[in-house]
Amino acid sequence: MNFTLKIWRQKDANSVGRFVEVSARGIRPEMSFLEMLDVVNDEVTQAGGEPVAFDHDCREGICGACSLVINGEPHGPNEKATTCQVYMRSFRDGETITVEPFRARAFPVLKDLVADRSAFDRIIQAGGFVSVNTGQAPEANAAPIGKEVAEKAFDSAACIGCGACVAACKNSSAMLFVGAKIAHLGRLPQGQPERAQRARAMVARMDAEGFGNCTNQYECQAVCPKGVTVANIAWMNRDYLAASLKKIFTG
Amino acid sequence: MKLDARIPAGPLAQKWDRRRAEMKLVNPANKRKYEILVVGSGLAGASAAATLGELGYRVKCFCFQDSPRRAHSIAAQGGINAAKNYQNDGDSVHRLFYDTIKGGDFRAREANVHRLAEVSVNIIDQCVAQGVPFGREYGGMLANRSFGGAQVSRTFYARGATGQQLLIGAYQALSRQIGLGAVRMFPRTEMLDLVVVDGRAKGIVVRDLVSGKIASHSADAVVLATGGYGNVFYLSTNAQGCNATAIWRAWKKGAAFANPCFTQIHPTCIPVSGEHQSKLTLMSESLRNDGRCWVPKAKGDRRAPREIPEVERDYYLERMYPSYGNLAPRDISSRAAKRVCDEGRGVGPGGRGVYLDFSDAIARLGENVVRERYGNLFDMYHEITAENAYQVPMRIYPAIHYVMGGLWVDYHLMSTLPGLFVLGEANFSDHGANRLGASALMQGLADGYFILPYTIGDYLASSGAKRPAADAAEFRAAEEEIQARTKRFLGVNGKRTVSEFHRRLGKILWEHCGMARDAAGLKKALEEIPALRQEFWEDVRVPGSGDELNPSLERAGRVADFLELGELICMDALAREESCGCHFRAEYQLEDGECRRNDEKFAHVAAWEFQGDGRPPLRHAEPLVYEEAHLATRSYK
Repeated sequence: MNFTLKIWRQKDANSVGRFVEVSARGIRPEMSFLEMLDVVNDEVTQAGGEPVAFDHDCREGICGACSLVINGEPHGPNEKATTCQVYMRSFRDGETITVEPFRARAFPVLKDLVADRSAFDRIIQAGGFVSVNTGQAPEANAAPIGKEVAEKAFDSAACIGCGACVAACKNSSAMLFVGAKIAHLGRLPQGQPERAQRARAMVARMDAEGFGNCTNQYECQAVCPKGVTVANIAWMNRDYLAASLKKIFTG
Repeated sequence: MKLDARIPAGPLAQKWDRRRAEMKLVNPANKRKYEILVVGSGLAGASAAATLGELGYRVKCFCFQDSPRRAHSIAAQGGINAAKNYQNDGDSVHRLFYDTIKGGDFRAREANVHRLAEVSVNIIDQCVAQGVPFGREYGGMLANRSFGGAQVSRTFYARGATGQQLLIGAYQALSRQIGLGAVRMFPRTEMLDLVVVDGRAKGIVVRDLVSGKIASHSADAVVLATGGYGNVFYLSTNAQGCNATAIWRAWKKGAAFANPCFTQIHPTCIPVSGEHQSKLTLMSESLRNDGRCWVPKAKGDRRAPREIPEVERDYYLERMYPSYGNLAPRDISSRAAKRVCDEGRGVGPGGRGVYLDFSDAIARLGENVVRERYGNLFDMYHEITAENAYQVPMRIYPAIHYVMGGLWVDYHLMSTLPGLFVLGEANFSDHGANRLGASALMQGLADGYFILPYTIGDYLASSGAKRPAADAAEFRAAEEEIQARTKRFLGVNGKRTVSEFHRRLGKILWEHCGMARDAAGLKKALEEIPALRQEFWEDVRVPGSGDELNPSLERAGRVADFLELGELICMDALAREESCGCHFRAEYQLEDGECRRNDEKFAHVAAWEFQGDGRPPLRHAEPLVYEEAHLATRSYK
């Protein structure tokens, strides 16, 4: 298969970027999208050019590093798949494919297709945890947790922190990411003592990082490679409201 | 070089308690005077950095990824072992200890393994308290599944993403300490050298991967939790960034490297599809709870799997190992798969594959139960192969997955360099010649949460806080060396890409030092690797510059180190004239093709000492003394 790639090239965070056309030849349908980029990069290198930089690591859909917008869609055409799990059999031979980084004010581009998503880390640092020091834990089976509760907590915890939800949102909202963490911990008995404080702190940090608000377009849910649903945003809004009221009435 | 394992005296089950009672403590007010560097943020690194931060030490943590949450521990699928005996099926600390020693083919250190089994129960408690959503029964209690090499159900799991959930637990604990200011995090930062001052590890030199800036960090102790070196084989189940650079630099600064040839090949991976392939994907061992491995009985049978009648199928694991069946350990299952494929009975393109069939389980339990247990793995298989494993059997083949070898550490997890501690897959300590499934997560978290925080205190209390300045001569020399090396990479200006050299190195190692090894092949590899290394330095092309984000330069550094490490792996494999666990020397096998161990000559850890570039390294031996487990021929029949 042969393709024309329109790839975003940008020297560094302070430079202006632009699309550059590159051709990809002799691509096989069973190659992954990133393997196709490997082939292109090797050819560019041998021809004396500079290969295109992109984030990637596990290449099995779980680390959350890969982060390309392919033909306008974060993580490309496949449902519930990360960029690394997109295979070339999903494209038509001869197609022109546009490749961009995840874009958001809170995700500045560092180079080519590499964006800085450290804002997500800072949101977790603000409150996305249970404050339990090593050694303090009680016996694991001391507090039973119903199977359904555990399964739902897992559904929220399945988030890989890739940022596709932000890239897909016209407001660059991070509410799916933040809601997933608040719901994961909020559903479990271990998360109860800090539940209100967690919602307040994470939302405050999210706003400070420059993410926008949710206007119920559900694009985030549509692109999430792990199937995290907007029910998590509703959960977050409830917890945040309850936490704010609690603060007003109890100080 | 003296190898003193510092194993405590007394009965095996009391050694750890006894040592903890003897160790020196650092008082809380003094802890903040000590600076500790933790390199790596996977299960071992994140758990260590978080715990040290909670204790009050000043911690810096480094990772090459853009976030600590991306470390490769995240990809572990199946589970984590612990001797909770929640199933009332006869498990105990002693049984987990013995299974691990036997699984490692009697090439691991007894005292370390027993301690690992002891603290395994605390890990589960800690993770549940952090909010890790483990699988549960309807009554709300924790569920378990079985894994290879065990006849009890002791594996805790979170669907098929246990590593992800455990890592997020550790990442959140680490994030809390970062938020509190106890840990400073340096993402997109790669360690390029270890700095030793007066014989002690006192710091590291790193490269900021975005700006290219080289910087020094001095400290009272350095902790390496940088994972394994399976990527030396090019194709493996490891993430693309996994590398040996941190431990390789430490080796060149004087830390001994133990059992480098103990590299694990996992039996259940998706087979190779072509030359372009960048990685192999694992299908969790947990699938072998319900999946049955088979190949056609007849050679060259090209019929579709559903057209091959039951009587013409060879369920080879069940036939060869009736008491463990499809849950035989990884080394044994991998070799069995290789054997049936070598006989010409392999399936799929090139005949390098076997079936993993779920039709019996689906008939017995229903598709829904199978989907609930393994749904995400079936989805992943579908994404990669475009085949539906609910309808046709999966095709799998062994692939490089994990390394048991690593930097030598004593009972305190300290290397031969005082002040340098090594955790998780980066050290060699607990898995002998073969690791059992669901034990890597256990070891990473045991090291980081429950072992290092004690032993590092003992070291600091005995050695005192004496940090060199970060611009001391030793740091400046290391920085200059790195600058010169960068210049050298960029200056070769040859014709071949880094990935081409990596691929060629992988081929040499897989052919001569993979699932089966022999003296002739290893000698050949020992000629080919230095030649390839020379070619690399004459003909590699590394584009771009050193003062920018430059993935080609990063990779060149890692592959240059792999080109040296590959040689050490082959030397070690050649010197170990026996077969044990994953290390199968064709010259040393029993009549039925199983490993012929040589306990008289090789019941020891091989620890290699660097002697300078171009000079052969020295092989030292730490004898393995078995007080509790009796050296026996390992049988899963």
